[in-house]
Amino acid sequence: MSQGQPAKPGGQGGPAVGVARGYAFAGAAALAGALLLLRFPAKALPAVSTARDYVLEMMTILPAVMVIVGLVGVFVSKDVVVKYMGKASGPRGILLSIVAGALPTGPLYVAFPLAAALLKKGARVSNVMIMLSAWACIKLPQELMELQFLGWRFMLLRLSLTIVLVVAMSLGIERIIEWGEVRKATPGA
Amino acid sequence: MSSTAVLINLLALTGLAFALSRDRHKVRQALRMSLKTFIGILPPIITMIVAISLMMAFLRPDDISRFIGEQAGFRGTLAIAALGAVLFMPAIIAFPFAASLLDNGASVQAVAAFITTLTMIGVVTLPLEIREFGRRMALLRNAFSAGIALLIAVVIGAVL
Repeated sequence: MSQGQPAKPGGQGGPAVGVARGYAFAGAAALAGALLLLRFPAKALPAVSTARDYVLEMMTILPAVMVIVGLVGVFVSKDVVVKYMGKASGPRGILLSIVAGALPTGPLYVAFPLAAALLKKGARVSNVMIMLSAWACIKLPQELMELQFLGWRFMLLRLSLTIVLVVAMSLGIERIIEWGEVRKATPGA
Repeated sequence: MSSTAVLINLLALTGLAFALSRDRHKVRQALRMSLKTFIGILPPIITMIVAISLMMAFLRPDDISRFIGEQAGFRGTLAIAALGAVLFMPAIIAFPFAASLLDNGASVQAVAAFITTLTMIGVVTLPLEIREFGRRMALLRNAFSAGIALLIAVVIGAVL
């Protein structure tokens, strides 16, 4: 885990090589998938139709998300992020992170680049983790589905447990990350 | 177009219009950053789509519920939690599916574990997460989430 640096969001470091390797890997995955479907032709139709659905979804969502990431990166000042989600933001920062995550704003992979941009701007590790987790499992439309299919007792219990544990987890992860950084900064300690 | 897609695009357009009225030069800078992010993020997304498509084709929800419905207990919960971590399912399918698991005799505990790992842990989206946050943070978040999911499952199973 020696290269486990937490912060290289946006992937600016050594971009060309990393990106080329990424494309090679994606190409290999697509090729492997195609070969697999050639062996099992009966599965080809459902696989291709799922892929088409996702590509369509990406095409309608991803450009907008990228525009938002760019705008946040350039226009939102560091001070604002630090003030609302930084070290001194306290419980208000936690609440804001939960609310931001719970808004109906699309699937989790949309959140990764956005959260990484916030992290780079000075948001606390714990708040970014809380936002990601809330984004993953406390989405408002999703909770309505849960209410309808699993009942209010199940939903409320799972929701409250999740919020409490996610906050605890995020603070814990922040501790671990910072501990790692301190240790790296003072070799021999 | 789904309502989320409409919402996100609306948000992006309003932001763009607002930004243009403030500073054209910075907008150009922002869009260049958007393009760079897009080029970088595309490969893990392609990989993810391939993985999801194959998974949906080879593993059908009713196969899974037949497999899980038979067994109960904590072993079953662990198995279904692992399944939830690997699977990728939109919420529209996930909750009806979870309800059908319950109908097929799965325990409340198992279903709670499944939903939590399904939403919080993404094996398929892990390459994307690692790219944005680094290996350490991404793995920590997913590992901790697995622990949380089991804890939630046990408590819900005990209470309900």
